[in-house]
Amino acid sequence: MIRVIKLNKSFNGKQILENISVTFETGKTNLIIGRSGSGKTVLLKSIVGLHEIDSGEIWYEDILFNKLDFAGKKKIRKEMGMLFQGSALFDSLTVEQNVRFPLDMFTDNSLEEKIERVNFCLKRVDIINANKLFPSELSGGMKKRVAIARAIALNPKYLFCDEPNSGLDPITAILIDALIKELTEEYSMTTIVNTHDMNSVMEIGEEIIFISDGVKCWEGNKNDILNSDCGTLNDFVFANSLAKKLRALNK
Amino acid sequence: MIKFLTQFGRYFLLLKKVFSKPEKPVLYYKQTLRELVYLGLNSVGIIAIISFFMGAVITLQTAYNTENPIYPKYLIGLGCRDSMILEFSSTIAALILAGKVGSNIASEIGTMRVTEQIDAMEIMGVNSASYLILPKMIATLIFNPVLTLIAIIVGIFGGGIAGTLAGVITTENFIYGIQYAFIPYYIVYSLIKTVFFAFIITSVSAFQGYFVNGGSLEVGRASTKAVVYSSVLILLFNVILTQLLLS
Repeated sequence: MIRVIKLNKSFNGKQILENISVTFETGKTNLIIGRSGSGKTVLLKSIVGLHEIDSGEIWYEDILFNKLDFAGKKKIRKEMGMLFQGSALFDSLTVEQNVRFPLDMFTDNSLEEKIERVNFCLKRVDIINANKLFPSELSGGMKKRVAIARAIALNPKYLFCDEPNSGLDPITAILIDALIKELTEEYSMTTIVNTHDMNSVMEIGEEIIFISDGVKCWEGNKNDILNSDCGTLNDFVFANSLAKKLRALNK
Repeated sequence: MIKFLTQFGRYFLLLKKVFSKPEKPVLYYKQTLRELVYLGLNSVGIIAIISFFMGAVITLQTAYNTENPIYPKYLIGLGCRDSMILEFSSTIAALILAGKVGSNIASEIGTMRVTEQIDAMEIMGVNSASYLILPKMIATLIFNPVLTLIAIIVGIFGGGIAGTLAGVITTENFIYGIQYAFIPYYIVYSLIKTVFFAFIITSVSAFQGYFVNGGSLEVGRASTKAVVYSSVLILLFNVILTQLLLS
């Protein structure tokens, strides 16, 4: 479980996140949704410690993460996996070397054991016969899958996904969403997903928070989201004409 | 002024991170071998070509400026040798390497920053600064002195070939000149300078790349800054080290 309490973050005097408090449950796919520029990525990067926060608390179970020193954070980070918006695979390494990277860094396993684990993770995300390919030779969807395989290589307790299906076609996007949900349940991880894709919200949104202009405006699940009273949330959810028609029909 | 001091402080904080204890020394060793090839071996060609022609030009210029019969011919060889050892092999080669290696380091690390590859390393708990920069630093500190020695040898060889082919000096006179009044300390002086220059090139370029913010345009700018700042610092330290080592 991850708890965020009264988090504030600003860049060069400009307030980006204001008084955000939220709890992300273990074994669930927790979604942070909002428009582009609303502060979702800053919130996610603040939670994982890539951004220093101005004030507030970030708790991983009973450990106050934001007050830890580099060594303390490093310990927690070994239990994190993160999928970045652009996949962030290492260009100079092959698929196999990318997934093996955290294993090389933090385990004393033999090469055979590490390759076995790599193959297991790649198979788990449906990547077969691509071990020797470089990231530049992969499609967008494959890159995301390899990045997920790398993120789960060390059996993390926490999985963070920043816009996991941006730039993907709707079918691949649904497959990636389904994979994230499956892995979350399978390994009982605390998963946090940043997205502005309503398909993802309706597919995997077990716990959802909506952020607008750096402020948490709404909290609930995918069943509540269509019946919310929050005006900014409704503008976001029913932004496209298809959604508007469906709401009109529903009424 | 405040901006300069902030950058200065960030530079030293980055160096502190770079020189912290490696997570897995064996991985750093492998990475260093890789960098020795990329940053060292791959620079041999350009250094050899430039040194050959520099040696040739120094010989010809010395010859055309010492046509007076009171100057013994072997001075042409001596001039070529001392110019190559004292200045050209270390300083000029360092300026060339600042362009080749410096821009390579800044753009590689900068691209990794803007594509979130460095963030990915940090999330895993890897000290990205140390993992990415330390092997490059060790590789250049080891290999740049080798490049300097290659530059000296090829430069003097180029001078001998050019002088002989142009008919301005005989081979015997040139060989006598490069052996005449030889001071071995000059080579030590040149190698000491090279080590400082290698550190400047790697650390300044890595610093520029590591703190890039934005996209490809900023990576390009960081790469240019890396070359400019490294070159200026090389010239500045050339004066300081010359005063300290030769006075």
